[in-house]
Parts: sequence; structure tokens; C-alpha cells
Amino acid sequence: MIQARTLTPGTAVGEAIRLTAPLSFWGGTDDEGRIIDAHHPQCGEVLAGRVLVMESGRGSSSASSVLAEQIRASTAPAAIILARPDTIIALGALVAQELYGLTTPVVVTASYTEIPDGRRVQVHANPDRAIVSWSTFGQ
Amino acid sequence: MLGGRDGAGVALAMRVIVGLARIAEAPRLVEITSAHVDSCLYHGQVSLDFAHRLVDLGAMVRVPTTLNVGSMDLLHPGLIRSSTSAERRIATGGRELMSAYVALGCTPTWTCAPYQLPDRPRFGEHVAWAESNAIVFANSVLGARTDRYGDFVDICAAITGRAPYAGLHTTEARRGTVVFDCRPLGDRFLRSELAYPLLGHHVGSLAGSEIPVLVGIPGDVGEDRLKAFGAAAASAGGVAMFHAVGVTPEAPAAVDQLPRYDVDLSTMRSTRQRLSTISSGGLDAISVGTPHASYDECVQLAELLRDGPRIVMPLYLSTGRATRAQAAESGVLGSLEAAGVTVVVDTCTYVTSILAPGVKNVMTNSGKWAHYAPGNINVDVVLGSLEECVASARAGRVVLDDGLFES
Repeated sequence: MIQARTLTPGTAVGEAIRLTAPLSFWGGTDDEGRIIDAHHPQCGEVLAGRVLVMESGRGSSSASSVLAEQIRASTAPAAIILARPDTIIALGALVAQELYGLTTPVVVTASYTEIPDGRRVQVHANPDRAIVSWSTFGQ
Repeated sequence: MLGGRDGAGVALAMRVIVGLARIAEAPRLVEITSAHVDSCLYHGQVSLDFAHRLVDLGAMVRVPTTLNVGSMDLLHPGLIRSSTSAERRIATGGRELMSAYVALGCTPTWTCAPYQLPDRPRFGEHVAWAESNAIVFANSVLGARTDRYGDFVDICAAITGRAPYAGLHTTEARRGTVVFDCRPLGDRFLRSELAYPLLGHHVGSLAGSEIPVLVGIPGDVGEDRLKAFGAAAASAGGVAMFHAVGVTPEAPAAVDQLPRYDVDLSTMRSTRQRLSTISSGGLDAISVGTPHASYDECVQLAELLRDGPRIVMPLYLSTGRATRAQAAESGVLGSLEAAGVTVVVDTCTYVTSILAPGVKNVMTNSGKWAHYAPGNINVDVVLGSLEECVASARAGRVVLDDGLFES
């Protein structure tokens, strides 16, 4: 279990997927939440419903819209765990919550590398603080 | 405002601004004098839902607010293709979205170069501008202060008249962090048009989101060149501000303590190769005017086309409707159209379906267009000066003059 800072609150569970390179939602993912950036090492992976773990986003501010649109269409990650605050990503989640009442927790933690790739991970993000936890035995 | 004193629409906008301030750990908000909104480009149902929610809740902008390009050329809607259902959805949604932003009180300028309009921000003013090329121009050339705003936040700042006091609003964040010494390029190269998209792409690729300081730029360099530099640097990296010693208003006097790169002609030659996915052969179209062409650039193109053979392929010039009106009045628009130029307004040729489906190889004088078009609209590109673009449009194939890269 690790502590994190909440950018947008919410609770979610999903299989963790750790990205080895930053990703731009705009131009980098499609309507189904699949990575389509041909230069990304994990091109083809589907992020929908998973707990996305990555250092940060990158690129255009249109990524806010793309993430909010995926949240609306239920093709977004269940939660996003970042190493560095990313206002563009957090804003997409914030607006989807305002418009549709759908919460997608976005949190920041320096210990994000401890989160086991592929394991079922829980994210509990209150406005004040967040906890990321996973089962220590079994997959 | 948060409590709903000014209505539910303002309260919603304020929740977004305060939410962003919390995420960015801003100590307070700052009042802004103008906004430039990019949320009017259609990215799906959420774009419309957000704008309509604000309209339904009675929100209006409280500072002068200009609008970036949309997904439609409202003056020439026939230019936008609508043969597939996806194209029709974007055309319909795009038009609806553009109307919603006008209903919120924004001025229908539809340009990515709001700094070419009258009443631009003055030195030291806090503003909330979106669109990466407009942001870098406002910070660097005008000395106005804006952080990197984008979708949703831009309109919320316009409605509340506030932005989080963070990032490039603060003096500390505006200092140069890395030097690019351009003196080895020589005066002839630095006075050429092509120098600026190439330098921008090169500097942006190396600087990422740092604040580059350019040394050696001629003191009388024009705004069109700084526009081309900033746009390319913002798209290749995340540059939101640069300094040019002896040119821009906040450039430092001493740069000795900063990390330093030298830029030479062979680097510029290889930058052109890197930005171009083709370098010779047949060509299907030319696209210039990204960011939107200034009036001076329209005049330059008209002069280049005046004498000599007719162009043998489509040549698109994107500009703002205000510049188009100025060109119509002076007769420049008539000359351009008589020479075969398609003048596009309100949008840009790389964000929406304008080029004919068969178009594969395109030449541009824009580093930004060259960077984005291959991914956005699936074309091959070659970067050339305006002169090379015209020569190629006449010859029907890529014509480049590499003499510029020889010292």
C-alpha cells in the first residue's frame, strides 16, 4: 500500500498497466481506449477499465477533451496514477465529473514504480489524500 | 462566484478554475485582461456537452475573448469534405460548437494568430490564452503572461476573468534556462525565411518544455519570423516561452551561467531532412499559412505569383477572416485567387478534411504543419520556403534550393 496525492477524487479497481513511455491521449489513443501511437512501445494495448500507471502525459492540451470523451463513453482507464502532476490529464477527469457525474481518480505518487504491473490494484482518492493498494499474494 | 452569486454557469466555470489551481498548487488566482479560446475545435460529444452546459446555465465571458480556429470554414463550407459519416459528424458538430462559443460572448475571430488582431495584450498583462503558438507568441514577443491553457480552462478563465497564479504567470518561471547560440549560422541564413521554422523545430526538439534563449538573431527580425519560430518550437517540444537577446522584451542581459548549444548550418540542413518525409519527386498540393498568414505574408505570396508561369496544383493559404477582409479591400485577395490560390479561413488545412482525398505529397513553409500533418491527415510532407513552394507549384514537383545551407 502506498500513499498518494489526489488530483481528482474517486474510487476504482482494475488491473494495473504500467507504461514505459509517456503517452498523449490526443493522437495516442483511439475511441476504444487503445494505444495507437505507432512510436509508443506499448502500441496496441487497451487502457479501458485498467489502472493506468505512467510517469506523466505529454503533448497537446486537447488530451483533456480526449480523456473526458473516453470517460463519457466508458473507454477510459478506471484510474490514473502519475509520478508527476499533469494538469491536462486531471482536467479531463475533472470536467467528466462535472458534466456526467462520472469519477475517475487521478493521483500522483513518487513511489509509483512499486505498483506491480498486471496486478489488481485499488485506488481510493479522497480530496485530502489517496491510497493505492494491492493484494500481496497471488495474481 | 463559487457560491453561485453570478449564476450557475459562472459557478461551474469557477469550480474548474479552482480545481485547476489546486492541482497546480497555485497560492491564489490572478485577474486576466483577455482570453483566447481553443475549445471551439470539435473533439467529440464532450466538446458540445461542455459548451452547451455553460450556455444553458447562462454563462457569458467577462473579458474580451477571441476564438481559435474551428473545424469548419464558415465562409466557404463547401471546402470541407462531407462524404463519410465521420466527416459529416465533425462538420455538423464542429459548426454547432462554433455557434455555442459565439453564444457565450466570444468574438468570432476564428484565428490561431490572435496577436495579428488589434487590441492585443500589452507588456506585463495577465491573460489566459490557449493554442500553443498563440501562447508562445504572447509570452515571448508581447511580454504578456499566460500559462499553457487549453480545452475547458480557456473558456472558464474567460467566464470568471481569473486564472490560477502559477506557471508562466510568475516571474521566476519566465527566466531563460538554456542558450542556443545561432551566430555560427551567419547573417545571410538568419535573414532567410526558412531559418525560423527550422530553428524552431530544432530548438523545440532539444529544449522540450525549457525556456530557450536565442543569441544572434538580427535585431530587426519581423513578427512573422518569430511566429514561425515559436509555432515550430511549441509543436516539436513544449516550448511556451523563449527569449531572443536584443529582440524580445524579457531577454536576459547575461547568459553565461546557462547550458549552451551552438547551432550551425549542417544542423539546419539535417533538420529540414528530419521534418520532411519526402525530399524529391511529384507533389500534389502546397499548404501555407500555418499559423494563419499575416497580411504581409499574403502580399508576399501575391507578389511571388505575379509574374511567371501559372501554378499547376492546388495551393492553399490559411488565414484569419480579418486578414482576408483586409486583403479583399486592397485587391491582394483578388490577385491571389486569380493566380489559382484557395484562401481558407476560420480553420486550418491540417485539422479538418480540406485537401482532396487523393492528395499524398504536400509542401509547406510551416514547421508546425510539417510536424502535425503526416499524423493528422496522413500525407507526406516537405518543408520549403515560400519561394520554394511557389517554384514547386509551378514545376509540378519538389524544387528545393539547398544553397542556403552553404556558408
